[in-house]
Amino acid sequence: MTEDVIQAEGLTRRFGDFTAVDAISLSVARGEIFGFLGANGAGKTTAMRMFCGLLKPSAGKARVAGYDVWTETEAIKRSIGYMSQRFSLYDDLSVVENIRFYAGIYGLGRAEVRERGDRMLEELGLTAERKALVRSLPPGWKQRLAFSVAILHEPGIVFLDEPTGGVDPITRREFWKMIYRAADRGITVFVTTHYMDEAEYCDRVSIMVDGRIEALDTPAGLKREHDTDSINEVFLRLARQARRTE
Amino acid sequence: MDAITIRDVSKAYAAGKARTEALRGVSLDVADGELFGLIGPDGAGKTSLFRILTTLLLPDAGHASVNGLDVVKDYRRLRTQLGYMPGRFSLYTDLTVEENLAFFASIFDTDMRENLHLVQDIYTQIEPFRRFRAGNLSGGMKQKLALCCALIHRPRTLFLDEPTTGVDAVSRKEFWEMLKRLKAQGLTIVVSTPYMDEASLCDRVALIQQGRILRVDTPEGVRRGYGRRVMAVKGPGMLRTLERLEGVDGVVDAYPFGERVHAVVAVDPDRIVWPEELEAVEVTPDIEDCFISLMKESHD
Repeated sequence: MTEDVIQAEGLTRRFGDFTAVDAISLSVARGEIFGFLGANGAGKTTAMRMFCGLLKPSAGKARVAGYDVWTETEAIKRSIGYMSQRFSLYDDLSVVENIRFYAGIYGLGRAEVRERGDRMLEELGLTAERKALVRSLPPGWKQRLAFSVAILHEPGIVFLDEPTGGVDPITRREFWKMIYRAADRGITVFVTTHYMDEAEYCDRVSIMVDGRIEALDTPAGLKREHDTDSINEVFLRLARQARRTE
Repeated sequence: MDAITIRDVSKAYAAGKARTEALRGVSLDVADGELFGLIGPDGAGKTSLFRILTTLLLPDAGHASVNGLDVVKDYRRLRTQLGYMPGRFSLYTDLTVEENLAFFASIFDTDMRENLHLVQDIYTQIEPFRRFRAGNLSGGMKQKLALCCALIHRPRTLFLDEPTTGVDAVSRKEFWEMLKRLKAQGLTIVVSTPYMDEASLCDRVALIQQGRILRVDTPEGVRRGYGRRVMAVKGPGMLRTLERLEGVDGVVDAYPFGERVHAVVAVDPDRIVWPEELEAVEVTPDIEDCFISLMKESHD
């Protein structure tokens, strides 16, 4: 079954005279891990905000989880999960309070929250820490918890905005194993990262430059096309053509 | 001569009943003019060490000196010789680029115009925005301004706490090129980073974890000291490949590495019976392989 969970065509967003996102087109299949790369200021965040139903486009079309980004933004918000390094869990709430809070926002019932929450804590090995404040958890645990919370309501797609900044190489890999397992269950993963080795973990990646998608292929395909064995090199070549400063 | 000497430095923080040992007896020397990398994850103690060396935090035990000046006793004199760029953006967001520079120059009793040539190279890139408030700059520009402010009083030693975290690959590369030029001017630079590829750009690196230094060496020395062989394995998808490698005799560890899985082997790879559909080729261990193994050993 290949159905597209994200479809965008000519999606554009302007702020005054500035075109942050310039007619991008892409489609992401169910269960795919899609890497959304680009230099700071290339327009990734603006595009991501449109996909999440948080920002109206200026032109173009896009559907996310089957809903229209122009008219069905509330339905989109209910069907997606979101996590970023900057914004994820509340430090001054406990583990279980965070779970209840997010599950509540996504409309899970009390019994469901308890059941899924307990199972999740068990899988993460965090049952003993359920009452601990999130602030007191090591960064790696926090990150894995944040990801689990973001997909607790079993969304069709989860958006991860630089989820792995600042963690050690072991924790980063543990985190990617969770991503693989989620994708294996059919959750589509849309991820931005500055770690180029992580770009290689994706099924396909796009590279955005000055608001446009300049490349979109499998990591192996991109390397072949640019005749290099490093995705970093492909990225540097494309991103250096940028004209606009961030 | 050593620019920085650290001997048995410890630091713990107490919050209520909880006690966090940020540094547990750290000893380290950094040579004059060295570009030295402090590599470790969040919470390893990097920032505590930086704050002690920059005289902003008192150690609980141990001694440290920078350019022969004690970080506790000689803190006033030492401060005029240090440049520090904290991990969190710490400039005044409601002052303009120019005002920030003038401010930092003036608290060191120096004049911004007089010293601008020291940072000309970097300043040129932010000059078009000199009348912008710092808070309105993009991430990359903020980073360049912060570096200018840390250099405006002509320090001998520069401390950079994760200057490239969250920065894209292009800006990261540019930033390291700037560091190389500063090093060529004779500055001693201590820089922390969670990016393993940046470790190989340093003269020497220290791997820090849970408040302890696990290893200090040149990047090449770290690689040479790695006693195991690494196979790059390709199979039917990352998850399936990892699953199939579990329990294979002779494979002591397996983890994703770029488009392949790295399998660390403890025996002659030819003697390993690879599961079906897996294709394994030996590769030269990357510095990241070395760090992964050092970190896991120290956990055990």
